[in-house]
Amino acid sequence: MSLTGAHADDAAIVVEGAQKRYGQKRALDGLDLVVRRGTVHGVLGPNGAGKTTIVRILATLLRHDAGRVEVAGYDVRSRPAEVRRRIGLLGQHAAVDEELGGRQNLEMFGRLYHLGARRAGERADELLARFGLADTGSKAVGKYSGGMRRRLDLAASLITDPQVLFLDEPTTGLDPRGRAEVWGAVRSLVGGGTTVLLTTQYLEEADQLADRITVVDRGRAVAEGTPDDLKRTVGGDRIDVVLRDARHLDAAAALVGPDAETDAYRRRISAPVADRMAALARTVRALEAAGIEAEDIALRRPTLDEVFLHLTKETEPGDFADEEVVA
Amino acid sequence: MSANAVGWAVADSWTMTRRELAHWGRQPVQVVVGLVFPVMLLLMFGFLIGGGKGVQGDYVDFLVPGMLALTMAFGLEATMLAVTQDLNKGVIDRFRSMPMTSGAVLVGRAVADMLQSAAGLVILVGVGWAVGWRWHGGPLAFLGALGLLLLLRFAMLWVGIHLAMVAGRPEMVQAVQILVWPVGFLSSVFAAPASMPDWLGRVVQWNPLSATATAVRDLFGSPAAAASSWPAEHAGLLAVVWPVVLVAVFFPLAVRRFGRLNQ
Repeated sequence: MSLTGAHADDAAIVVEGAQKRYGQKRALDGLDLVVRRGTVHGVLGPNGAGKTTIVRILATLLRHDAGRVEVAGYDVRSRPAEVRRRIGLLGQHAAVDEELGGRQNLEMFGRLYHLGARRAGERADELLARFGLADTGSKAVGKYSGGMRRRLDLAASLITDPQVLFLDEPTTGLDPRGRAEVWGAVRSLVGGGTTVLLTTQYLEEADQLADRITVVDRGRAVAEGTPDDLKRTVGGDRIDVVLRDARHLDAAAALVGPDAETDAYRRRISAPVADRMAALARTVRALEAAGIEAEDIALRRPTLDEVFLHLTKETEPGDFADEEVVA
Repeated sequence: MSANAVGWAVADSWTMTRRELAHWGRQPVQVVVGLVFPVMLLLMFGFLIGGGKGVQGDYVDFLVPGMLALTMAFGLEATMLAVTQDLNKGVIDRFRSMPMTSGAVLVGRAVADMLQSAAGLVILVGVGWAVGWRWHGGPLAFLGALGLLLLLRFAMLWVGIHLAMVAGRPEMVQAVQILVWPVGFLSSVFAAPASMPDWLGRVVQWNPLSATATAVRDLFGSPAAAASSWPAEHAGLLAVVWPVVLVAVFFPLAVRRFGRLNQ
């Protein structure tokens, strides 16, 4: 595991040894995180890993107990007002007034950002148009769909073109369509120079959106790198083949690949693949040519669970992973 | 604080007040129900239940000032409900992550609640007039009475904001909504303390609500709840001291609690 040097001049976010306790529970236990300006940085972790805690600390909503936390060059504890002028926040729960209309919301936030009444109104209209909400601006936000609400929330986060944007699990609870909407909106921001910190439980989401990913577990960073780096750590995609007849397992395994593992009880062969679709086609053809009947053939991405098991095993030998083996 | 900061604090507070006014526009039924409820109570007690115990003179003349005071005290519930609902919404997080004056959230709540209560007073005074209640004092005494009533409401505002932040969840407000009734009735709003068992009458006289009700009756020249006790004779003083003490205690508590949302 290697963390980027924490003194990079081009860092938009610097977190060094951040600690936060809630009573006995350590939400952050010496978290380190550096996010370079103009990049999308994913923070990946299971529930309770400390993702929301760090976002709330960065957004000045929560005070950390110890450690150094800076956003856009300002310390979040001693200069919260300077930080607030430079950030936008999209939290897990829609941070908009559900009783008001979309335009009323954006205009209100614009006034509170001190744009002045006229400019606040203009900015509200611009953002509604940009996020495809222009015709729903007067409807109460409570009646919006989940994806629309999240887009309005995102629009509210962008009123002053923030230098740093926090997206805390932006698609949790959304259907695939809503997820695609939010992903599209986030992609459209990238390239505008905004630094984005994105937390997520979904490997796929981090993969789609992030330049770099920090994997967080139990309040600490356990790995950092590009999505490809992390996938390599886990071992990449696998192909699973289930045969009709277990007697052909060994013959089929030889066809599927050199590192194939067999499971006689489930009549299954599993092998790592590098070239997904080509591997699938090759396996189907090879089995057909050999006259071996397959019940099911599927490509499988490593799951988040596998990433975690792998990473926690690597960073904390002798901890719970070993106990599980004994049990 | 610089003049500029004060200017923004005022502007932010006004924006937050406008937010509450916009809520009324979106939920007019809720507002109307809130305004009609005390009117209903007034008519029920004035005409269905009738004559208060130990009251000399016309009961409606006695009841209307009491109902005005009770309506101000019950404003506690409205404030608590609004604050707990607000704190449980994500929008508070957005306000707190913005470069606005953080206290504007509380000031907006305060101004909106005071406006609603002032509207409630006007309606109740109007209905009281329609059913035969008259004030007998001069215009200054009349304004003084309204001032005392709004002062009580202002005290209840900060008590409500603080309790709401302590309670945290809207369900907890229900407990308070039930508890305000005995506190409301353990007062001289509906009946004279002299008509109650001796020990109870003494407790009732010290209720801040009784102080305001009695002081307002004195200013309106309404029939008094015949009693010769220290709190009854100094109701005007108590009607100022009680709310001022409550504000002095609960305003700093509420502000401190709001500032500690980040812990």
